[in-house]
Amino acid sequence: MKTLDEIEKSLFETVANVSEPPKGAYNFRLNGKSIGRQSSKNIDVQPQENGLIIKIAPKTNDEVVHIPVVISMSGHKETVVNDFYIGEDADVTIVAGCGIYNCGADDSIHNGVHSFHIGKNAKVRYIEKHYGAGPGAGKILNPVSEFYLEEGAYAEAELEQIRGVDSTDRVTKAELKDNAKILIREKMLTQGRQYAKSHIETLLIGKDTTADIVSRSVATDESRQEFTLHIEGDNLCRGHSECDAILQDNGSVIATPSLDAKHVDAQLIHEAAIGKIAGEQLNKLMTLGLTQNQAESQIINGFLK
Amino acid sequence: MLQIKDLCFSVKNGRKTRKILDNLNLSVKPGELIIITGPNGSGKSTLAKLLAGIEQPTSGQILLDDTDITDRNITERAKLGIAYAFQQPVHFKGVTVQDLLQIAATGQETFLEDTTGTDYGKILETIGLNPETYLPREINSSLSGGELKRIEIASILARKASLTIFDEPEAGIDIWSFDKLVGVFKRLKKQNPSASYIIISHQKRLIEIADRIVVLKDGQIATEGSAAKIIPKLEGLL
Repeated sequence: MKTLDEIEKSLFETVANVSEPPKGAYNFRLNGKSIGRQSSKNIDVQPQENGLIIKIAPKTNDEVVHIPVVISMSGHKETVVNDFYIGEDADVTIVAGCGIYNCGADDSIHNGVHSFHIGKNAKVRYIEKHYGAGPGAGKILNPVSEFYLEEGAYAEAELEQIRGVDSTDRVTKAELKDNAKILIREKMLTQGRQYAKSHIETLLIGKDTTADIVSRSVATDESRQEFTLHIEGDNLCRGHSECDAILQDNGSVIATPSLDAKHVDAQLIHEAAIGKIAGEQLNKLMTLGLTQNQAESQIINGFLK
Repeated sequence: MLQIKDLCFSVKNGRKTRKILDNLNLSVKPGELIIITGPNGSGKSTLAKLLAGIEQPTSGQILLDDTDITDRNITERAKLGIAYAFQQPVHFKGVTVQDLLQIAATGQETFLEDTTGTDYGKILETIGLNPETYLPREINSSLSGGELKRIEIASILARKASLTIFDEPEAGIDIWSFDKLVGVFKRLKKQNPSASYIIISHQKRLIEIADRIVVLKDGQIATEGSAAKIIPKLEGLL
């Protein structure tokens, strides 16, 4: 694999906890090119136009595939399409994530379009971290993640925007057949004049399906966040979405929930809470000896943990 | 030793000013456990908040070991050895019981003999909570009032303070846990003979373990004295 400089190494480390080729299947993408790719016995990683096709054999157990992306060249713009086919009864973890370092005058943009076709009774844990750094122009990330769950399949998606992303337009969609379940955990921090938009749409088509969506965010400085969380229940199902945001400085957040129950046995719930850190929370931690700043960091770090 | 001198606290309600505490004078000696009781609105919780630094007095002085702490903030008072158990425990999304105990622990020393600051499990067992179940739990609304209250008390046990204020520790706690709670206070007092305790309570069984009872009414001390002297009078006073 190409030798990485310190910035590139640290970006791979931040978004995927790897700076060296890991064991098992992987693809490392840097400035629009694959700089290292490997398949394993059960996980086949092949290139396709603008991205990858990743096929995971049925019953593959306890394997991880890493597909991190880094852009360190200012002004690089790309759309990457990755399609995952996860075989029946497999149990795997997919680690994605994108880090952008921009020190130039032009925006750097990564549009990551992922589709997950999850076979019967398969389990997938998907981890995606986004991060931006550098003094230059825009660090822009627009991910689209689509999850198609067959009968009895289970997906857990951890979608995190760590910091430093100037603009994001995130779309997450899921369709669930009988007995399938999805958990989505979204975390987001925006600073400065950053803008973030996230749309999460879950379609509970099958009988006895479950969706649990929790979005937690912190909007600081002048940043703006917009969330739309939609759950549609077409059958006997349970859907829960929760949107919690902490505001600091002049940060602002709009959360628009929508629930569409199309079946008498669909149980759909939405909760949303937006506000600054409660004074009582600060007081409690300060009575334990933390300063106000330490207490604020503790609360925010815990909230986005 | 805690000394409260001529402490006043008023709140403005429109054009009117209402006195919550009115020239209160009180001392608490090292090793002493006092119970403050009195009717609702008598100023008990306000006094607790003034001692912890959450509210600032309108006038008067608070001295801890001869140091004037009236202008010290909450953090400074915590570092000087004041601990305060909230009447209504606070919820934290994302902060677990273990996180809270870690923040609370001031080091190796705790209020409990044979328990170090990192023995979080042992601290939870003391107040009747199973560590395996509760240490990883988030301190959010999924916990009952009684569970939150016991976690609040655990956060106090993880510290070693020279003055500890409990604001109605019995609120929301069931009878079985209440027995344990009374045991915890007896144990604290026995194992930390130089520390002082102020417990705001209406519970007779807690009142019985006090060295001294202070009855507040309309922001002033109506009467004070030993349990034997005060308990018979309480009904007429409240």
